[in-house]
Amino acid sequence: MKDINELKFPENVYYTKDHEWARLEGDIVISGISDYAQDQLGDVVYVELPPVGDRFDNGEVFGTVESVKAVSELFMPIAGEIVAINTALSDMPDVVNADPYREGWMIHIKPSDPAFMETLMTREAYLDMLKG
Amino acid sequence: MRFLPHTPEQIQLMLMVVGADSLESLFSSIPEECRRLQDMNLPDALSEWALNRYMDALSASLAVSPDYKIFIGAGRYDHYIPATVSALKSRSEFLTAYTPYQPEISQGTLQAIYEYQTLAARLMGVDVVTASHYDGATALSESLLMAIRKTRRKRVAISSLIHPFYRRVLQTYLEPAGFEILDLPFLENGLTDLSLLEGTTDIAAVALQSPNFFGCIEELKTASKKAHEMGALFVAGFTEALAYGLLKSPGSQGADIVFGEGQSLGIPISFGGPGLGMLGCTSEHTRNLPGRLVGKAKDLDGKNGFVLTLATREQHIRREKATSNICSNNSHCALTAAMYMASLGKSGFCNLAKLNHDKAAYLCRQFSDAGFRIPFSSPFFNEFVVEFPKGFETRYQSLLEKKIVAGLPLSTFYSKLANHYLFCVTETVSRKDMDALIQEVKS
Amino acid sequence: MTEPLGASGLILNEKLLWEKGRKGRSGFSMPESDVPSSPLPMELVGDGPDFPDLSEVDVVRHYTRLSTWNFGVDTGLYPLGSCTMKYNPKTNERQAGLSGFSGSHPMLPESLCQGALKLMADLERFLAEITGMDAVSLQPAAGAHGELAGMLVIHAWFKKKGNSRSKIIIPDTAHGTNPASAALCGYIPVQVHTGAEGILAPETIAAVMDEETAGIMVTNPNTLGLFENHLKTISEIVHAKGGLVYADGANMNAVMGIADMGRIGVDVLHLNLHKTFSTPHGGGGPGAGPVCVKKYLKPFLPVPRIIQKDSGQYALSEDFPESIGKLLAFHGHFGVLVRAYSYILSMGAEGLKKASQLAVLNANYLKEQLKDTFHLAYDRPCMHECVFSDRYQQEYNVTTLDIAKRLMDYGYHPPTIYFPLVVHGALMMEPTETESKEDLDQYIDTLKKIAVEAKETPDVLRSAPTRCKVRRLDETAAARKPCLAG
Repeated sequence: MKDINELKFPENVYYTKDHEWARLEGDIVISGISDYAQDQLGDVVYVELPPVGDRFDNGEVFGTVESVKAVSELFMPIAGEIVAINTALSDMPDVVNADPYREGWMIHIKPSDPAFMETLMTREAYLDMLKG
Repeated sequence: MRFLPHTPEQIQLMLMVVGADSLESLFSSIPEECRRLQDMNLPDALSEWALNRYMDALSASLAVSPDYKIFIGAGRYDHYIPATVSALKSRSEFLTAYTPYQPEISQGTLQAIYEYQTLAARLMGVDVVTASHYDGATALSESLLMAIRKTRRKRVAISSLIHPFYRRVLQTYLEPAGFEILDLPFLENGLTDLSLLEGTTDIAAVALQSPNFFGCIEELKTASKKAHEMGALFVAGFTEALAYGLLKSPGSQGADIVFGEGQSLGIPISFGGPGLGMLGCTSEHTRNLPGRLVGKAKDLDGKNGFVLTLATREQHIRREKATSNICSNNSHCALTAAMYMASLGKSGFCNLAKLNHDKAAYLCRQFSDAGFRIPFSSPFFNEFVVEFPKGFETRYQSLLEKKIVAGLPLSTFYSKLANHYLFCVTETVSRKDMDALIQEVKS
Repeated sequence: MTEPLGASGLILNEKLLWEKGRKGRSGFSMPESDVPSSPLPMELVGDGPDFPDLSEVDVVRHYTRLSTWNFGVDTGLYPLGSCTMKYNPKTNERQAGLSGFSGSHPMLPESLCQGALKLMADLERFLAEITGMDAVSLQPAAGAHGELAGMLVIHAWFKKKGNSRSKIIIPDTAHGTNPASAALCGYIPVQVHTGAEGILAPETIAAVMDEETAGIMVTNPNTLGLFENHLKTISEIVHAKGGLVYADGANMNAVMGIADMGRIGVDVLHLNLHKTFSTPHGGGGPGAGPVCVKKYLKPFLPVPRIIQKDSGQYALSEDFPESIGKLLAFHGHFGVLVRAYSYILSMGAEGLKKASQLAVLNANYLKEQLKDTFHLAYDRPCMHECVFSDRYQQEYNVTTLDIAKRLMDYGYHPPTIYFPLVVHGALMMEPTETESKEDLDQYIDTLKKIAVEAKETPDVLRSAPTRCKVRRLDETAAARKPCLAG
């Protein structure tokens, strides 16, 4: 596992306490797991995502991400409807490790309340949390 | 005691190292309130030779073939077991190893189980088969729990011609969690009546056994179509694995999940256990499978090897959210089954299945020619039902004294089937034995 | 150090079964047919399974070669913690193989299987005596199946009282089967933390035990190898709120003839015959997981129950209307039960107690001899096993996994690793009573040598093993693109 200083935490996304990131693009929120989360988990072997059209509350479990010897649940950063999932992950789950914020995205959400994004953590707040 | 290697001197030396005065004092931290008040009251230890004499006598008191002529199958089948299978499975490198969690030192078990998974998948007509479950009944239960998870529906439809004991195990597994079972009755021809399914939309799975408990071969394809139309999964299985040396496999008939009992594959009957729970499915359900799976892997030098894989489904990682609580399975029985399947090969397996069917068909015809009614008209594999005239029960008892077990009375399981007996014939039964049975039953 | 056990042996390569087949061979002596052929309707007949055709010699060589790539208890020391890999006596195999036991059909009239029923009735009585419980069912097929049986009994007990409860307390040291078995009965596990001493503190349980909670599932001795000294008090806390105490008896090997689970307040307990009672593990099973209960829970045990009639004859009875039902098609793993019965008769009460004493002596001896070499998670007298960690080796970037893999090169099966979860980088060692002082000393020397290697030549550990059939395998690639059949 890497030191926190070696991990990447872009400025242009928000973070959750469960280590998801979320970014608003137009009226869609894109989400995945942070560099810290993928590093903790190790080599990702499988990502289980919900069918498009499912609706979840904020903080609800929408899927799981698995390494060889661990499973982590994935939590909704914001309430809303799943409008797209990253189907490429079924063949190439390793992109979650290699590029967690871009190629490794997991879901597109149509948020019920886009303003809720402002309650998520900024890079600084997330780093503070990680450094405890 | 010959299994305990410590000499008195060594015990003293070791006690000194650990700082204890006596063996008793090793337990001094256990509070008095947790201790036994008296020594255990068990029989005195026996020498190896006294134990042999005692066990020989106990074992000899049991009725077994060939001394007894036993025409019962019903979930446990008397098949010949090649000496090679008995010898090879006894190799202690297989027998005294634990679950292969450390792959580099367990490649023997791992390759053998991978080969079992492969041969079993070919037998059942599915893509994936687990490393084993306890028996056919628990494999059935696990298949229906799989279907419930997958469809998120809470009711399953079960043929009443699935082994009655399997159905009771299923009840034990499903009821506490609040799942419901719809029993499908049977038709006059000895096959499952699917008409209760009409109009239902809340069924997670339809489950059939073929050959069913009456020995009849079910129309799996029809049932599969019906299940899929309702958005349910189709679960099919067997108690007699040898049947699929002759019959179309359940997978090829549209089963999504296949369960079965593999005792026929070289495993001794052993008063009903251990047997071999077989469970497989099409690849789309792989990650929903309970139980262990062995997969291919490469080592650091690129050499082929095998590992336990997809372990995140299992209890040691996912704990209460696992696909099952199973840990120890019946791995050694799966190994035995693989040895048996390898020994027979395709030709041997198919020929043996044919021989079983031919023998059973012979006995059935003899009963029929002797004037007894064969109540179910559907084709069967190596088991079939005969209806005797009222009062056959007395004859049955007197035949027991002649060391003949003339079938299994069905009235215990199906109250309407008084005087109906389920017969089984395998390759171990000779024509002479069958002719003698007919003579005895007739007289 | 004496010459190490591990050496490069004669390892032959062997293909997969189906890479060897040739049509026209057979390894089976086909019985001759003495009846006419009777064809089935063509629409029912399939092509037959695609098995390879092999000769008898092909099959024998294949499995003999495969077996040499395996390590078993008969090969050497197998200190796998919480698995009790003790020697499996050969006499057990002989008894289970007797034609009466191996050939007996489970659906015969009772008069024809008295010997099997007597054996089972005796074994039930022995296990009740050893545990201090009142009644036993031998039906569960394995430890986890015994847990399920026990949880179902508890569920049925509450149902009868019209009192359904939703939660169950499970400590953080528990084996994963505990929460998984509880979940099958619909219980939600409430995890509690083990105290600083490595055992449960009564206050922890008192804080969570309420009238929504069915009780507690606790392994005793626990997976840290420690006796739960406060279990009696904990039982009282649980009982006071109307709950029941489930004990996982996986580690019973430490306390035969010493502890009385009944007296401690345990209501339900399961045993693993493939651990404590020396039946072989078979590369993953079959085991047997008898469930033992107190008198008031006896009506709920699985059916059929074995009863003895006034005539002295044994019978199978279904007449237990409150029973949880059946857990297995027939009467449990009878073949395994024969082996356990044979073991108990060979050992007697004194022998079993001695086995527990020596198991505990061996574990404490290992602990004392190794505690300066490896970090000991809890430095207090242990029961049958002790738990170390890789803390001292971390500065060399050597992990528990590396230590485990290096042990293989020296001719040992590794201990249980990374469990229990409460000890980071755990190395859990259970030597069992059947290992001699000489063998333990050699194992201790080996581990000390590995600790030196960790410091001086850490790469040797990181690239271990090098003497097995294969080197470390890529489990990540295997899980990403699973290949589960050939």
